[in-house]
Amino acid sequence: MPILQGVVEQEKYLSEYSMIEIARELDLPASEVYGTATFYSFLEYKKMGRYIIRICKTITCSMKGKNQVLLAIEDMLKIGVGETTPDGNFSLLQTNCLGFCHKAPAMLINNEVYNELTPEKVREILSMYMNRKKEGGPYDN
Amino acid sequence: MTTNYQLKRADFIFKNENDWKEVLSKNISHPPQKLINELISSELKGRGGAGFPTGLKWKLSAEAVDEIKYVICNADEGEPGTFKDREILSKVPFKVLTAMAICGHVIGAREGYIYLRGEYFFLRPELNKVISEFEYYCREINFDFTIRIFMGSGAYICGEETALFESMEGKRGEPRNKPPFPSSYGYMGKPTVINNVETLAHTYTIFKYGAKRFYDLGVQYSRGSKLFSVSGDTPKPGIYELELGMSLVDFVDEFGDGDTKAVQVGGASGFLVPRKRFNETAIGFQGKLTGISLPTGGSMMLFNSSRSMFNVLDNYLEFFREESCGQCTPCRVGCQQLLNGIKAVKRGEKNAQYLDKLLRLTETMQYTAKCGLGQSVANSFSSIVENFREEMIY
Repeated sequence: MPILQGVVEQEKYLSEYSMIEIARELDLPASEVYGTATFYSFLEYKKMGRYIIRICKTITCSMKGKNQVLLAIEDMLKIGVGETTPDGNFSLLQTNCLGFCHKAPAMLINNEVYNELTPEKVREILSMYMNRKKEGGPYDN
Repeated sequence: MTTNYQLKRADFIFKNENDWKEVLSKNISHPPQKLINELISSELKGRGGAGFPTGLKWKLSAEAVDEIKYVICNADEGEPGTFKDREILSKVPFKVLTAMAICGHVIGAREGYIYLRGEYFFLRPELNKVISEFEYYCREINFDFTIRIFMGSGAYICGEETALFESMEGKRGEPRNKPPFPSSYGYMGKPTVINNVETLAHTYTIFKYGAKRFYDLGVQYSRGSKLFSVSGDTPKPGIYELELGMSLVDFVDEFGDGDTKAVQVGGASGFLVPRKRFNETAIGFQGKLTGISLPTGGSMMLFNSSRSMFNVLDNYLEFFREESCGQCTPCRVGCQQLLNGIKAVKRGEKNAQYLDKLLRLTETMQYTAKCGLGQSVANSFSSIVENFREEMIY
């Protein structure tokens, strides 16, 4: 698994090619690598954007206004859940409990946590990421 | 009735103590048997939710004969409404590491792992720093023990101990059959002690102050204090350390917003307690004397009267459906059918009696599912449907 995680960290997702390569190197059936990879929700096997937004949809976050936040993100990036922006910068996903129920609603952008979100706050955060891209600064957290 | 118990705050876990070096060197000079007896007499039970006696767990692993053994700290905290382990690992990591090393001394293990959930990746750099400082000290006192972090990747089921081993071995996180239990056949098939983060932090308290200090807290069958993760409709969400055995009434008085309709005790896999039962419910491990006593991994979610219980249940079931590993049929198909079922009833496609059928399905799941996930779906489902039946239908 650390190998798979490493690949995901570098390339943001596991391509068929990399899974077959890993299997060859480890002398395992490719199906086994694929089985492990597809089991875990953080190991993506589809091409993902540079920033993966994971918004928590579990009960407390839902109660505390996750939907408004989600709408704000969708509106700003013009993508729905499970989609990636055409420029390949953002992917939007929903996920299960992130463990920030006392500061709901919460989301992860790559490995960075943002909590106590409101539609306004999320717009600010996203424009920060967008600017970061323009300035050509460091991409990853 | 269990109303005699008051809400009592405790302050052990987060008390900032910089004497871990003394605690470690003092305790590893004691014979293992003495430490095990100390743990057993404290009656500490696992704080992850299942409540297995920790002393017994260590004892069984210590008795297992093998060259290689492991100590694993389960930090795959994924239960909705739980966030205590993260706070422990970020505020008092040395307590957990020290407890792991002492456990290593007791059972004869030289390697420890922390299985950290993928969502807590941001904890890792800091934790790694703490670990290298800790290992440095271990080398200084000639104590052979190493600790590694293993990252999870976003699977709730990997908090189940045998699924966690599978995951660490690089496989799909699917629970194994039990027995054999981890104490004889754990990670890599070796005897393994696997404890929750909070359990380990409590053992630190016990080894430092002695079992008596811990035993004096709480009530019969539920000794000691426990961290509670309070969230939902409450004016003061957060983490609180409370003595076990308190009545839910006192809890709601303290944390409710005055309009509390129900409390979910123990996260999505726990029980929902409606207002009319607050009085007769205590928080602790199952004891025959205390009437209704609910165990909990520490998650307390409060719902006020503006919340629809249908939405709550819908949310839980969706959670379970996604997080079911899909290995055994009762859980894989059961979760889907329960979710489809309550939606059909809500839309009027099925009549209200259909709910009784679904209740029987959860009963079947309780008996036939392989691991705790499938078995515990029945808890929240039946406690919500039975208490808020009309909300399910209309």
